[in-house]
Amino acid sequence: MTEPAAAPESLLASPDQLTQREITQEIVDLHAAFAAREAAGETLPATMLDFAPYRSSVLRHPTKNPKLVDPETIELRSPAYGQRDVAAIESDLTIQHAGEPLGERMTVQGRLLDSWGRPVANQLVEIWQANAAGRYIHQRDQHPAPLDPNFTGAGRIVTNERGEYKFTTIKPGPYPWKNHVNAWRPAHIHFSVFGTGFTQRIVTQMYFPGDPLFALDPIYNTIHRQRDRDNLVATYDHDLTTPEFSTGYRWDIVVDGPDATWFEPEAGEH
Amino acid sequence: MAAVAPAHWGPKTHDATAGQTVGPFFAYGTEFERMNEIAFPHSPGAIVLGGTVFQGDGAPIPDAIIEVWGADVDGSIPRARGSRKRDGHTFTGYGRTFTDDEGHWEFWTRAPGATEPGRPAFFAVIVYARGLPSKLHTRIYLPDDEAALAADPFLASLDDDERASLIATRTPEGLRHDFRLQGEHETVFLAF
Repeated sequence: MTEPAAAPESLLASPDQLTQREITQEIVDLHAAFAAREAAGETLPATMLDFAPYRSSVLRHPTKNPKLVDPETIELRSPAYGQRDVAAIESDLTIQHAGEPLGERMTVQGRLLDSWGRPVANQLVEIWQANAAGRYIHQRDQHPAPLDPNFTGAGRIVTNERGEYKFTTIKPGPYPWKNHVNAWRPAHIHFSVFGTGFTQRIVTQMYFPGDPLFALDPIYNTIHRQRDRDNLVATYDHDLTTPEFSTGYRWDIVVDGPDATWFEPEAGEH
Repeated sequence: MAAVAPAHWGPKTHDATAGQTVGPFFAYGTEFERMNEIAFPHSPGAIVLGGTVFQGDGAPIPDAIIEVWGADVDGSIPRARGSRKRDGHTFTGYGRTFTDDEGHWEFWTRAPGATEPGRPAFFAVIVYARGLPSKLHTRIYLPDDEAALAADPFLASLDDDERASLIATRTPEGLRHDFRLQGEHETVFLAF
């Protein structure tokens, strides 16, 4: 190595610092171009890796199409998790410290499903998020909003036999970043999910209904179809709201596939 | 083996949730104790598997996550739980690590055996990073079984540069393998 690597926090600001108007126009133009390609018969992935409005993707997206391969045995299985791998309290982000965190207490719950709508049981779901002020506890986050000594913003759970998960947390605030001038991320919770096969692994973000920042956000819009973007937005569900305590959101997660099954045919199937 | 769902399942009925970037601040949310110690360090058969992640201008990527999932030395698929709560001796096959400020990552693990006779052995790998809008799947093949590597139809379908991007290099401690997300010697990534 000829020179020391740049400090990671120094890399977070994009060098060109376009205006929001310019970034938004790039997003609109790219979505139109992708829609035209699909209309011409091309099949595109749901998330576009080459998406220049998200400035740090410019040097980090592969330039070649991925190679289509048949998953092999190891890829059709996944690491094994069980209920004992995670303590029950780890799914409540509001009780990890001595005091109560500030902000709007909320629950988010839903089901982990496969492409046929079947529940995916005993898989690990991990979340991390900013606090109510839009500040991450990560040391590289320089946003001058207050940290909350009673909120870390990380949780995890293993789905139950019905594929269900439920987190209690604080609604995260919108968060400024340095992709362009006056760039703000819509409020979101990061989700990391395992399926029954390693090919089904996903890391994504859950959003909140009606966020005015959706159209302005390059990361949300790396997903080029409106329908797929809508699927990342949780639904407010008053039946999940607890009187005098918390608001309730519902969000189901669908892992792709399995495209093949490792399991032997059941008795009677040949 | 054909990757097709059983016919009686019919067509897919649910849209898959689309992936998003891990962003810059994943560490406190996804870290767990001894997460890169898939095999207990220095235990019999344990090797160091490591390398560097590079972006298109050749700079190392200091904010990537690497996940590895592999068979045991005999080719069996680990079914033991405890990847997230390690007991110090059970081999679970799965680990996670973050690149350091120089873009370097490493695991203690075991060299997987072939899951089927005559097949080349590999680690299944996923790369995530700030600036990467969604996950990237790839494989790290072991370099040792040249006959099995040569006989593999997928590897045979690649040019020399592409194939080299998927095969690890032996080191005294184990295996070295770099990921290049873009540009010259770009790593081959996979779709299933």
